Amino acid sequence: MVWRRIASTLRHGPAGLPAEPLDAAATRALAERLEAAAQRRLGRSLAIWPVDGGSCNGCELEIRMLNSIVYDLERFGLRFVASPRHADVLLVTGPVTRNLHEAVLRTFDATPDPKWVVAMGDCAIDGGVFKGSYAISGAVGMVLPVDLVVRGCPPTPAQLLSGLRALLEANAG
Amino acid sequence: MSISADIIRAAPTEPCQPWPRHVLLGEEWRAMAASLGGEGAPVLLALWADTVRVHALLHEPGSAWLLASTGIADGRYPALSPHCPSAAWFERMIRDLWGHDAEGGRDARPWLEHGQWPVTAPLSVRPPARQSPAEPPEFLAVEGEDTHQIALGPAYAGIIEPGHFRLSALGETVVRLEIRLGWLHKGTLGLMRGKSPRAAARFAARLSGDSTVAHSLAFARAAEAATGTEAPPRAAALRAVMAELERSANHLGDCGAIADIAAFGLLSARFCWHREALLHAALVAFGHRLMMDAVVPGGVSADIAPGGAEAILQALLALGKELPDLQRVYDNSSSLADRMVGTGIVTPALATAFAAGGFVGRASGRGVDVRRTPGYAPYDRLTFAVPVLAAGDVDARVRIRLAELGESILLIRTLLAELPEGHLAVPLPQATSEGIGWAEGFRGDIWHWLRLDGGQISAVFMRDPSWLQWPLLEAAMAGGNVADFPLCNKSFNCSYSGVDL
Repeated sequence: MVWRRIASTLRHGPAGLPAEPLDAAATRALAERLEAAAQRRLGRSLAIWPVDGGSCNGCELEIRMLNSIVYDLERFGLRFVASPRHADVLLVTGPVTRNLHEAVLRTFDATPDPKWVVAMGDCAIDGGVFKGSYAISGAVGMVLPVDLVVRGCPPTPAQLLSGLRALLEANAG
Repeated sequence: MSISADIIRAAPTEPCQPWPRHVLLGEEWRAMAASLGGEGAPVLLALWADTVRVHALLHEPGSAWLLASTGIADGRYPALSPHCPSAAWFERMIRDLWGHDAEGGRDARPWLEHGQWPVTAPLSVRPPARQSPAEPPEFLAVEGEDTHQIALGPAYAGIIEPGHFRLSALGETVVRLEIRLGWLHKGTLGLMRGKSPRAAARFAARLSGDSTVAHSLAFARAAEAATGTEAPPRAAALRAVMAELERSANHLGDCGAIADIAAFGLLSARFCWHREALLHAALVAFGHRLMMDAVVPGGVSADIAPGGAEAILQALLALGKELPDLQRVYDNSSSLADRMVGTGIVTPALATAFAAGGFVGRASGRGVDVRRTPGYAPYDRLTFAVPVLAAGDVDARVRIRLAELGESILLIRTLLAELPEGHLAVPLPQATSEGIGWAEGFRGDIWHWLRLDGGQISAVFMRDPSWLQWPLLEAAMAGGNVADFPLCNKSFNCSYSGVDL
């Protein structure tokens, strides 16, 4: 079965989904925002470090699917790395819990400049359903400077991919 | 019959649906605790509290489920942990959230409380403001020459939830693994109080994102039990379709992740491919890839979309066609067997003592499945096998998942072929009552308990299966290889958010 599968892949090409066209207007707007923030450019590839700031694991499930063969991330120059010290982008999920607040800050400090923060999911954007709890510090934006938000509970891999690709395009443009 | 069960049965009851809750005096509770752990004694499934009492859910093997409570006197209650080790994490959680001390407990160290909240005992009647600053956590001592510690987390490589794992090792051999959780504590139980079951369901759905359907279902069933309602037959069938889809998608994800950790790319890729196909089918059928908020108290929030059943069946057809091939690759790859077989063993005795459910329990000989007993609709009219193995290693946990996948595929096909017509939901009456509900999630048996006061939740607890599985991971790693930790951890795939509450 292994060799049959490999032969079939060689014959028919990779199994991943075709790349969707990007929303040009949104990418341009993002580029202008990054310009205004005087962010230095990083070239046409981004190394991503996921930060779970207190999510329910829903966002992590979809990040893992984004990292599967179906979306074939590396063709876009996007890849997940194994340390914040290798990262350009921190992909932060969840309302930041008080118990993780310091870990999130230390992760940010461990990431070399220039770097971007993407807040993923409704909890990360405004605390979501957990707004007002004694146990959370609040949205990611209360803790770190956020450059891009991706909405959804959780956002689908496709939504996340288009956000990250927009960041890549805006960065390279 | 055992002494503990007799003591509980002799105590007066307070109403709770479907089983009454027995209220024990302090002395009776102490005597009940002392006879836990013996042959035929009930096993602890959950221990939680409200502002004035602690409550325990126990299962008498092969027989009934028992609810027992005792009052808090001077901020204390007699501990269960000296006789029942699985109570220790619960007792630490109760101290951190409600401020009740377990008298004579085995472990008084904080658990969810990391010294970061503005108040202490946040679920007590009047939570006091925090006085003392955070203190560094204490870990159990490991003595001996040349032992060293490896600290993992809460930030580590891999797209998984945050926890802290303290491995004490002698060279490459693990002497002790100690787990420290609580990082994801979001105050969920506190946020649910004062809300109607319908409004609070959104929190149950977000206790653990991978079990959103199963937790929503257990919560809905607890609310329905309390209010004396029952979801209509069509809703019950659709709930089961969603629950089995969730189980299948998670088992595929786990099998893929385990293969990935063992560096077997092909299986990882194919399992994840099928997981994605199922999630997409769920999106078509139920409007959300993880089916979040689709199960609500009283029924389901929407009907299956036109074309939804066909999308699911198509994804299952492709999966069913390839699954035997994937199983064969798994069976015939010595490099995989070398990593899986004999790694991270949980003995059947330990799985029984901790009442471990799901693939962790079933891989170690404990075949409890709450879809069967105590059971719930529509599983009472369906036939399905509950696979059980005895080896208790990583390999057995993978094989249980693969076998359950096959069962779930059959169940979904049957359910979709015979979807009853009728209503999708019934309204819940406003009640002052108490109920307990259960559902079999992909990790095992989930239990939700709630008390309603004029239609609003006054107290609630949600018990994820991981409460009783995490401690077994500690046991499974003892004497193992440091490098096997990720593999062993993934084979358990316990929930972090689910126990951090």
